[in-house]
Amino acid sequence: MMHRVLLFLIISSITLFATGIIEGEVTKQTLNVSAISMFVIFVGATLGITYWAAKRTKSPKDFYTAGGGITGFQNGMAIAGDYMSAASFLGISGLVYLKGYDGLIYSIGFLVGWPIILFIIAEPLRNLGKYSFADVASYRLRQKPIRILAASGSIATVILYLIAQMVGSGKLIQLLFGLEYEIAVILVGVLMILYVTFGGMLATTWVQIIKAFLLLSGATFMAFAVMSQYEYSFEALFSHATEIKGLDIMSPGALISDPISAISLAIALMFGTAGLPHILMRFFTVSDAKEARKSVFYATGFIGYFYILTFIIGFGAIVMVFQNPQYIDYAKQALEGGSPILGGNNMAAIHLSHAVGGDLFLGFISAVAFATILAVVSGLTLAGASAISHDLYASVLKNGDPDHKKEMQVSKIATVVLGIVAIVMGIMFENQNIAFVVGLAFAIAASANFPVLILSMYWSKLTTRGAVIGGSMGLLSAVVLVVLGPIVWVDILGNAEAIFPYKYPALFSVTVAFAAIYYFSITDYSHRAKEERENFEAQFIRSQTGIGAEGANEH
Amino acid sequence: MKKEFVDIIKEDNSYKELVSKRGRFSIKLTLIMLFVYFSFILTIAFKPSILSTPISSSSVITVGIPLGVFVIVLAFVLTGIYTYKANGEFDELSRKIDENLIKSINDA
Repeated sequence: MMHRVLLFLIISSITLFATGIIEGEVTKQTLNVSAISMFVIFVGATLGITYWAAKRTKSPKDFYTAGGGITGFQNGMAIAGDYMSAASFLGISGLVYLKGYDGLIYSIGFLVGWPIILFIIAEPLRNLGKYSFADVASYRLRQKPIRILAASGSIATVILYLIAQMVGSGKLIQLLFGLEYEIAVILVGVLMILYVTFGGMLATTWVQIIKAFLLLSGATFMAFAVMSQYEYSFEALFSHATEIKGLDIMSPGALISDPISAISLAIALMFGTAGLPHILMRFFTVSDAKEARKSVFYATGFIGYFYILTFIIGFGAIVMVFQNPQYIDYAKQALEGGSPILGGNNMAAIHLSHAVGGDLFLGFISAVAFATILAVVSGLTLAGASAISHDLYASVLKNGDPDHKKEMQVSKIATVVLGIVAIVMGIMFENQNIAFVVGLAFAIAASANFPVLILSMYWSKLTTRGAVIGGSMGLLSAVVLVVLGPIVWVDILGNAEAIFPYKYPALFSVTVAFAAIYYFSITDYSHRAKEERENFEAQFIRSQTGIGAEGANEH
Repeated sequence: MKKEFVDIIKEDNSYKELVSKRGRFSIKLTLIMLFVYFSFILTIAFKPSILSTPISSSSVITVGIPLGVFVIVLAFVLTGIYTYKANGEFDELSRKIDENLIKSINDA
């Protein structure tokens, strides 16, 4: 029955896509045939995988963790696929294109969280948890309040991240494929719902692996194509670029101006990465701590390599796209002067793909960008759905003893609801300034999820009261400080001066969270708190040795 | 985990060795990463001119570029070192702890 539904949905989504193409032809003059055909191949292949995965996704464990049987290498690739979003591909190469060196500073910030995750989080997380990081946080604390807190942090992070991805995807697809914005957003939403509801973690993982492979291959080709024009000499590439844009692109610019912002951004990126629910969830898909470590090793390699490529790609765009009459947005130039490129700076990598590989390669990179969006939103939605079905439904409502069939149903309903929320928000936010959204997601992950998680693993004196009060204060202060800060208070709400002067609140909100957790834990003299402290020893032994940890399914 | 297992393991020498060795190792690597990254970021905040110096008088490449790439490569190398050591030496200790536990249970 389920498979027939799936087939029906596959066919109808292809039909929806086809009608989109026809409408696109009417409204847009640039219809990218090679991009669309490659994208259709990708969608066909991933839906095929979803069909295959659906037959293997029977229990909640299959749904949340693909049965725990993913290898370290596969998981490393999938983590990279989860983390290298279209925003980081197009955004960072666009930033390098615009500001040069600042783009490198920014991308380094996104990478350095990974070693920290490996050294202090990955192992205990894998050894203590089952499906979500809330399993770990609530291991020896009271289930209900901790689960509710962790699920709120997760859902907030997921929805913010989803909004950013959906708006970005709508605009990108509109531009690349000539589809209407709304149709693009609906298409992404529908495909993501299909992958996740039917194929669960197994399908999501493979979508991410394929996408990571395509993205890394495409970016490698582009970087080599650029370098080959300069006989593989960085000196030649950079000196040509400085002739065009001046020497400033080789030095730190305005991205980081004062020490407080610098440290605050660094903390948000580092601790935020270690608190992203869709990333943490990936550690439960491998069989043991050994594979979890390998995952991070491979993921760090892929992501680091990718950032080096985006730096070369950004410079490639400076020499091959900037001032190239083919890519100049003449309408915008007439109004504002300069040499703006079609679709804005974030399209630098896309135009470069055309410059180095013609229409066919442009088609490939466009399809990869779309695939990237699909993979990232699927991972996010799965993490959000598991926070709802595993943490809220199974652990809070059903006291940790749910009917497995019911739990699966809840997770699927949650996926559909999140998908619809993402579509609606995506359409609502089309013309809003969403620059703050990803920053806020990282700030919440760093201030609410991360402190509770890390202290639950290592600090014996942590109590439920401390975790709940401190975690909530971290969440609240992150939100409030972003709203009162320059991006929302001044740029969006139009006030003259920001009440909170810094763009990145993490330094303050993370400090608030840790201080509050500490204070409200050590002043907790309840009987319950005493028990929680006594239970730390057994938890710590399991976290260190893996004795008693969840294993993989026998498939 | 049962109380008696906890009591056995916490007195186990391999366990003590694992916790102290790995703890020290993780902290050392974490501090290296934090030190390098924060030095980089704070140099940008306080004295960006250091990073803007060309690597040689005839080059447009600034010191900041190899340094930035170094931070990326370092992150990867550190994860490699940790994974190598943990998957070998530390997992061997974990295996011993497991064995000792089973032995103590059988003896009892």
